Amino acid sequence: MANIASTTASAGTEVTARALRESVFAGLITLGLFVLFVGLKTDQNIRNELILTQRWGLLAIFVIIAMVGRFLMVAYVQPRLAQRKAAKAAAPEVAKEESFFSRNFSTIAILALILYPPVIVALTGVQGSLKWVDNFGIQILIYVMLAWGLNIVVGLAGLLDLGYVAFYAVGAYSYALLSTYLGLSFWVLLPVAGLLAACWGVVLGFPVLRLRGDYLAIVTLAFGEIIRLVLINWTEVTKGTFGVSGIAKATLFGIKFDASKDGFAALMGLPISSVYYKIFLFYLILGLCLITAFVTIRMRRMPIGRAWEALREDEIACKSLGINTVTTKLTAFAMGAMFGGIAGSFFAVRQGFVSPESFVFLESAVILAIVVLGGMGSLTGIAIAAIVMIGGTEILRELDFLKAVFGPNFTPELYRMLIFGLAMVVVMVWKPRGFVGSREPTAFLRERKAVSGSFTKEGHG
Amino acid sequence: MALETTTMTMTQDPILKVEHLSMRFGGLMAINDFSFEAYRGDITALIGPNGAGKTTVFNCITGFYKPTMGMITMKQKSGKEYLLERLPDFEITKHAKVARTFQNIRMFSGMTVLENLLVAQHNKLMLASGYTVLGLLGFPAYRQASREATELAKHWLEKASLIDRADDPAGDLPYGAQRRLEIARAMCTGPELLCLDEPAAGLNPRESHALNELLQGIRSDTGTSILLIEHDMSVVMEISDHVVVLEYGQKISDGTPDFVKNDPRVIAAYLGVEDEEVEQVIEQIEEIEGGQGGTKQ
Repeated sequence: MANIASTTASAGTEVTARALRESVFAGLITLGLFVLFVGLKTDQNIRNELILTQRWGLLAIFVIIAMVGRFLMVAYVQPRLAQRKAAKAAAPEVAKEESFFSRNFSTIAILALILYPPVIVALTGVQGSLKWVDNFGIQILIYVMLAWGLNIVVGLAGLLDLGYVAFYAVGAYSYALLSTYLGLSFWVLLPVAGLLAACWGVVLGFPVLRLRGDYLAIVTLAFGEIIRLVLINWTEVTKGTFGVSGIAKATLFGIKFDASKDGFAALMGLPISSVYYKIFLFYLILGLCLITAFVTIRMRRMPIGRAWEALREDEIACKSLGINTVTTKLTAFAMGAMFGGIAGSFFAVRQGFVSPESFVFLESAVILAIVVLGGMGSLTGIAIAAIVMIGGTEILRELDFLKAVFGPNFTPELYRMLIFGLAMVVVMVWKPRGFVGSREPTAFLRERKAVSGSFTKEGHG
Repeated sequence: MALETTTMTMTQDPILKVEHLSMRFGGLMAINDFSFEAYRGDITALIGPNGAGKTTVFNCITGFYKPTMGMITMKQKSGKEYLLERLPDFEITKHAKVARTFQNIRMFSGMTVLENLLVAQHNKLMLASGYTVLGLLGFPAYRQASREATELAKHWLEKASLIDRADDPAGDLPYGAQRRLEIARAMCTGPELLCLDEPAAGLNPRESHALNELLQGIRSDTGTSILLIEHDMSVVMEISDHVVVLEYGQKISDGTPDFVKNDPRVIAAYLGVEDEEVEQVIEQIEEIEGGQGGTKQ
């Protein structure tokens, strides 16, 4: 007994000694790396002369962080991980009973979203809820819908589309222009915008039918830019970079959300506030998202949905089974574009203003990043990714306390992209197939077993 | 004698007629004026040394290549004729009812075995779902068709003894099972002619025996004619009724397995001949050709 105790004790001291040694090394490396970058700073003084500022304190902080981090890693984290791995290997995997939460995840999530606005209003008051419903609720849901639309093209059919924002723009401008010029209502123009975007999806689809992989990605990227440049330069119609403003708001069965006598607030006997319109928009985009999800789930079980996935897996095999790959690809583009267009017209009605500024390539990249991060093909994963990515950037605006740490000039929003990239690298290392890497089969004989991500292909255009 | 009479009756009903097929890739004549017929209800084997152009013939028949010259006629049971060299690739399976498998297996590896077979019934289901619109609205016709499709898939899974793996991803199956799945998937398209590109490649003797049984079962149960490329002579000689031998893009022999096995040109093509024997072989060949010419007239 004593023997065993002494061996573990000696192992413990050995680990600590190794940790100390490694932390010293880490400190030395950090010192070497940062002594010129951080320790010394070139600056200019009042007489415009180049001077060297010495920042030994900051350098010391860097070195100490590296040393402490390395020490903790070697002394505590690594043994713990090894222990856990050994325990996992020793104990045979027991089939885990799915918890109530994971079985009813989507129902719970939908209920939570429906209850979200009243809860927020109750917690933060009518005016305080504005930010939470608009910036967090609506903003995230728009991206959820866009990502679910792109998921049809990229996740299911495996066609890499880098110009998805073009359809978003088509939808937004369809509503903006048709409502300003023709005075049509939002409810008429919502499906019209979807159809127009779907048409553009087919227009894009035709020339790229023969392209695959990188070539397809480049052409779709160019298509996105073409749409944006047309919007900028066709000034007679689109007013160019000034954008279209004063876009009509949506109405609820003809009831307007304004301060007039027969507006929503007056009819309901509520104090006048813009929150009601935002809450209405929240439920509207929530409904649109649910329709998108419903259609996608239904489509996957239809022959066309299976053909999309088969196309992602192997195009030649598809042809050999008598599947018309041309129409299959075009329907994928059209469906994806349609949801993008509907989301776009919602965007226009929410902002009341559209300009080409909103449809830059970065938007396409963000939407694609959400799809990839969420796990291609998985609706749940994509929704989670949208919450993390878009909600995360919104939260950065709220982190005022960071100013206390980094000084008053620190604006966390500026680090948005840095954190964004870092988060993507971390997630891709930790879960290379996205949050939900497995694929749910669309049909089964005995039991529905998720298909591991290692078997599914990403498609090659 | 009995063999000859059966071939005679079958001669009257060719399912696939390839006439003067030529395929040129740049300066290379991969197939040169190649003609043969496959008869309804037969298992026809296309054999030949590596690089003889067998897979090219297959790709021409199934529409993956457009031949430089020649005519490929598919005659269905109903009497309808299709000129395969004029059809786009997917219509050859959809309308002409010619299905194929590939030399290097092409599975939808991320989809389950059952889903693979459902994808194969795409056109039928597409029609039943009213081109997705009616299916999306939940019309019962699609549900019915989808049940039937699952039944058909189940039937072929049992034939290919894959029923226990129906809900596993296709990529997870062992090699031999993937070969069988590919054949089952091709059968789910409801073909009249099944083209198999080296179905026994990489199979061990037991698996290739199971494959023989599967193919003979397909022929006897559904009456589907089979055209196959094969290197494994045990498969070719055991199951095929008719063998066509191809070398350097040209036909060198055509007949029953026994006839082809003893054809000196085939032996020469496969084994090569000693220099001093060349004369002798040429003589033999001329003799045979003279003899054949006589019977033809």
